[in-house]
Amino acid sequence: MSLPDDYLRYPRRRHGMDQDWYRWRPHFEQPAHPWPNGARLAVWICTSLEFFPLNPLGKPFKAPGSMVTAYPDLRHYTTRDYGNRVGAYRLLRLFGELGLRTSFAVNSAVAERYPQLIADLRGDGHEVVAHGVDMDRLHHGGLDATAEGLLVDECLAVLRQAGAGPVHGWLSPARCESPRTAALLAARGLEYFCDFVNDELPYEFDTGAGTLLAMPHSHELSDRQVLVEYRHSEAEYAEQVRDQFRRLLAESGPYGRRILSLPLTPYVVGLPYRFGMLRELLSDLRREPGVWFATGAELAQAWRAVPP
Amino acid sequence: MKRDPGLYDFWPYRDRPPIRWPGDARVAFWVAPNIEYYELDPPPNPHRQPWPRPYPDVLGYSHRDYGNRVGHYRMMEAMDRCGVRGSVSLSVAMCQHHPELVRDGVERGWEFFSHGIYNTRYSYGMDEAQERAIIEDSIRTVREATGQTIAGWLAPALTHTERTMDLLAEYGILYTCDLFQDDQPQPVKVASGRLISMPYSLEINDVIAYGSCLATPRAYGEMIRRQFDTLYEEGASSGTVMCIPLHAYLVGHPHRIGPFEEALRYITSHPGVWVTTAREIAEHYYAHCYDEALADIARRQPGAA
Repeated sequence: MSLPDDYLRYPRRRHGMDQDWYRWRPHFEQPAHPWPNGARLAVWICTSLEFFPLNPLGKPFKAPGSMVTAYPDLRHYTTRDYGNRVGAYRLLRLFGELGLRTSFAVNSAVAERYPQLIADLRGDGHEVVAHGVDMDRLHHGGLDATAEGLLVDECLAVLRQAGAGPVHGWLSPARCESPRTAALLAARGLEYFCDFVNDELPYEFDTGAGTLLAMPHSHELSDRQVLVEYRHSEAEYAEQVRDQFRRLLAESGPYGRRILSLPLTPYVVGLPYRFGMLRELLSDLRREPGVWFATGAELAQAWRAVPP
Repeated sequence: MKRDPGLYDFWPYRDRPPIRWPGDARVAFWVAPNIEYYELDPPPNPHRQPWPRPYPDVLGYSHRDYGNRVGHYRMMEAMDRCGVRGSVSLSVAMCQHHPELVRDGVERGWEFFSHGIYNTRYSYGMDEAQERAIIEDSIRTVREATGQTIAGWLAPALTHTERTMDLLAEYGILYTCDLFQDDQPQPVKVASGRLISMPYSLEINDVIAYGSCLATPRAYGEMIRRQFDTLYEEGASSGTVMCIPLHAYLVGHPHRIGPFEEALRYITSHPGVWVTTAREIAEHYYAHCYDEALADIARRQPGAA
């Protein structure tokens, strides 16, 4: 099959990006500001609390972590639910022992079903980041604006009802967006979102209906990506986090404030055989000077207080 | 459709006319950063989808963008520290989108060859005029941005037609990186002119190592060292080529760049390694090896006198 003539037309072949959402910004050419209190490296732990329905529609695709077998896939349903019952509490205890302030990206279905979990993590001073309704309610171009807006509204309303506190940030389920997701978030007063993985520092994102701060939320260093998708061992995962930590700390000398984004998944890293590794890893990182364990909202606020 | 691409003859890796690299180096070593632009919303090609997820594939698009925004600089500095010039497989629209990156390479004496206009415009289904247009666009765009005349080609997203190699030779392109049949350069059979295949690698390529072989950063470093060890040993009798194809959106992460740089230093700290560019390898090969190789290949074909 041959191609039409316009296959060789390039209307967006121009300086900068091929979309109007954000500006081209070489990473190492920004002013070398420190974080508050002279910290050089911020560690942002963000734990996902996700609900995977037993009867997913899978539209436009099944989110990673979704059901696999024929219905009823009790194996995967309960394996994921383990994260919200056991793994999350293991993580909360560890964060408490180490005095770490962190973020939790929460599906509103988790808040609706397990309000005690929200109360417990809020009681420990952690931040709730809105993470959509559930892992089968993806934001995608097949939804009209009204339907997608209702998804955002439902998520925010349920989180607030469950005592999630002020919600400043958003992570889309499966990082899946429609062309208008960012605009819908900005219109509802959210301050930052975490779906784009193109940077290690925040940047201003023009949604067309206001600005959001795009926050770096790692894909390649997430526990799920490294341990489940890449099938690396616990020791290899920890080594990569330590390597990233050391590298960013070294770069913070000449280049200023850095962020180590550490996404955690309670059904992955909250398993007993992995937990000792995580405890050792976070304990070691906690001892390093010049490091600030912060929530996403704190990082967004500090960034906007001293923009590049 | 053909049963065999018809681009080269069988030429066993034994008793070939020896390749002598400059300075009697055993291995000609080159690094190929793929500096690519992936469009968020390219026009459809019926033969291949640009992104695994429906528009807008925020994860896939932003991951690629990370390479140009962040990872590139770590990769470039690691190469600087090891004294390696890049031979860049360039989405030539980068000359418009991010000319700063291209200029950084020009200042370092890097080579630029074409990897198509965008890595989201596939050659599958192109007619001859269209394929000529992307070659001519590539030659013109890279010349205007760098002053260089492209010597090489790696098809955009490795998408080809049956006429790709003939057209490359007709436009005076010296080498193609699209063929993986050998660890030494060799003539490619084209309708007119000359073309050689330049050993690139889909095995030592970071996309394959990290993404398909699921290599850890240190395991990738080990793969690179072992690949080099064998080619170095064999290069004592006849010169070999080793290429490391890179993508800054993968190797440029803070947890990967360190072990990669150690592997790069392992290679460049050996004596008898010609740390060079693909163009220089190709020019040496045409000047000293091409005719002899052609004759040897012909002599070995069934029915040859």
